[in-house]
Amino acid sequence: MKLKKLAVATAAMVALGAPAMAEIVFPSLSYRTGPYAANGTPFADGYADYFTLINERDGGIGGEKIRLLECETGYNTEKGVECYESTKGEGAVLYEPLSTGITYQLIPKASADGIPVHSGGYGRTSAANGAVFKWIFNYPTNYWYGASVAIKHILDQEGGDISGKTIALLYHNSAYGKEPIRTLEELAKKHGFSLTLLPVDHPGQEQKSQWLQIRREKPDYVLMWGWGVMNQVAIQEAANIRYPMDHFIGIWWSGSENDVKAAGAKGDGYKALSFHMPGSDFPVFDDIQKYVVDAGKAAGAGDQIGTVLYNRGLYAAMLAVEAARTAQELSGNTRITPAEMRDGMENLDMSEEKMAALGLPGFGPAFKVTCANHGGNGLALVQQWDATAQKWNVITDYIEPDLEVIQPLIEEDSAAFAAENNITPRDCN
Amino acid sequence: MIYREAGDFKTSYREDSQTFPIKLDRRAYWTLMVVAFAVVPFVINDYWANAVLLPFLIYAIAALGLNILTGYAGQVSLGTGGFMAVGAYAAYKLMTAFPDVPILFHVLIAGAITALVGMAFGLPSLRIKGFYLAVATLAAQFFLVWLFNKVPWFFNYSASGMINAPERTMFGAAITGPEASAPARYLFCLILTVALAWIARNLTRGSVGRKWMAIRDMDIAAEIIGVNPLTAKLSAFAVSSFFIGVAGALLFAVYLGAVEVGEAFGIQKSFLILFMIIIGGLGSIFGSFAGAAFMVLMPVLLKNVLVDGFGWATDLAAHFQFMIVGALIIVFLVFEPHGLAQLWRLAKEKLRLWPFPH
Repeated sequence: MKLKKLAVATAAMVALGAPAMAEIVFPSLSYRTGPYAANGTPFADGYADYFTLINERDGGIGGEKIRLLECETGYNTEKGVECYESTKGEGAVLYEPLSTGITYQLIPKASADGIPVHSGGYGRTSAANGAVFKWIFNYPTNYWYGASVAIKHILDQEGGDISGKTIALLYHNSAYGKEPIRTLEELAKKHGFSLTLLPVDHPGQEQKSQWLQIRREKPDYVLMWGWGVMNQVAIQEAANIRYPMDHFIGIWWSGSENDVKAAGAKGDGYKALSFHMPGSDFPVFDDIQKYVVDAGKAAGAGDQIGTVLYNRGLYAAMLAVEAARTAQELSGNTRITPAEMRDGMENLDMSEEKMAALGLPGFGPAFKVTCANHGGNGLALVQQWDATAQKWNVITDYIEPDLEVIQPLIEEDSAAFAAENNITPRDCN
Repeated sequence: MIYREAGDFKTSYREDSQTFPIKLDRRAYWTLMVVAFAVVPFVINDYWANAVLLPFLIYAIAALGLNILTGYAGQVSLGTGGFMAVGAYAAYKLMTAFPDVPILFHVLIAGAITALVGMAFGLPSLRIKGFYLAVATLAAQFFLVWLFNKVPWFFNYSASGMINAPERTMFGAAITGPEASAPARYLFCLILTVALAWIARNLTRGSVGRKWMAIRDMDIAAEIIGVNPLTAKLSAFAVSSFFIGVAGALLFAVYLGAVEVGEAFGIQKSFLILFMIIIGGLGSIFGSFAGAAFMVLMPVLLKNVLVDGFGWATDLAAHFQFMIVGALIIVFLVFEPHGLAQLWRLAKEKLRLWPFPH
């Protein structure tokens, strides 16, 4: 029985093998199923649509067509491993796992295989230290910067003094949700606020006891590190206990349309961080309409265009394409290898002019990647949900994180990783 | 006609009670062993190791462990995921505390630690049975996952609560960590799987296994004929947890390399392994392997056929995969409630008589 199955599998694999190797291959470890599908789908659509646009409008990157390999993970690490192994042999030059758990797993594997990983705004924060994490990039920002930006926004609202205030962190009880705790503890010491930790277990539908605690203790602010169905439930619960929505701030993964729409009018005023602009008022969206949507080539159902997470997928794809372009310039080859892609990412310079030329003026922060800094400059902004207009409004400029607190933490955590894995940090000077 | 025992004479009790009484079976078994040990390591690549063979071997160990407890000793357990987590975290603590010790010892000691934990959670089985015991082991599942999430000592105070397997070796070859080669990892798991399956087979057909089965079939009658329920039940919990702990340690250290307790060892893992032994066949060594193969390989096969073969959208294929695997489970259980092992047994019976049905 077992042998027969293996034989069938072998036959199926042999018959399907031999891919054409004439393109730049970007795998997309997406999840359009499972408890996180509501958030995974728009990101995967945006990621795919931008590549389609580049292929259709420009004929690829420097004449090389992009081949997108989508593999469904369901946010499950075991499926993530399967996806990684099945796509890496096809010439993949960059992984975008969109899952902190899978990123953690790919960090050693991809480093050993020599394939770069881009975990923009998620994954392991200390991967920002490029001296230790040669193959891992998490520009333009990460969770620790995010935590700091959220606290800075609270400081602004409170007139610069939050000593004696209480801030609750409602987090997904996983690697992802636990990431900001260390930074928030440091910031609590620095600014004198007290921090309450409220873990929510996967998948996050059950939050009654956490919100009961919030209702009882009345923290001045609630920060949320949620994902998938957890976001919708949390915003609904906050509305149910009449928690002031403008004191409820989510990380960028807790700030999409899918998360707030379920709460209806009661979700009005909810805030979330972001590291790019919401909405579709950018010239590139006209091209997407023309070359992708009207041509019937939109990914998924095609109904996500302009949503926050679609824009984030598009942004990640844009960064990948620009890094590949940089890699082509540096190496002189059009058909880049994973190692050349890595060099391209390390020399990526996202300036305002470049973004404007791409039809995305002011879409994200301007930043520069260097050998030592794989994390960008960490700028993030705050957006607020307007339930009547059904849109996210940006209410602040880009806020700079508190590097004085975070940089030592990054050094410490990456040094621990280097010691655990016998890595000698590269010399970046 | 081809598959028969005529002419295969046994002249001693030993020969008569061997695991594979038919010559053809013995040959098939030895061929499989030779292929698994001498051919596969030379042709295996990363994909086959990481996506197909490692999960199959590791889940087979876990299924063997649960089958000893549930299939042979009749004690229903929903704590498998929690016990696997004990194995994984024990292996992690040992690997980081004693980096120079070969990985095999870490895995075996992790199994032993899990055996102790399993015995502790098996104590209620002396008083409660059936569904009530299932609930008690469910408590173990939730408690253990909560414990490994809550106490930072278990994950060495890392910021994210993830545990990462550092590189550890056996005879100079890396078994864990990113540099470990596919053949080394495969062989390491294969040796453990074969050794543990051999132990399980011999335990279950010896006096220990008979005591377990006596307890399973009717515990009062077993007690009357002289089986001590305390030692029988606790030994079943200990041996089963040892297997499950080894599987958990391998799942973390060799297969995944980084795990997060709630995601990798949650309640869904307990159910997955329970389904494996129900589909494979309760109280059967072969059934543990068949069930693990079905639950691990079927989704991968379907994914490859639907997405790469037919070019379907990945989400559509993922939904269909659930439906097909689910439908197959129902079909199997309707037509053969005793699982794949019984199906295999019936097929062999038919083959023996073929082409003369009477």
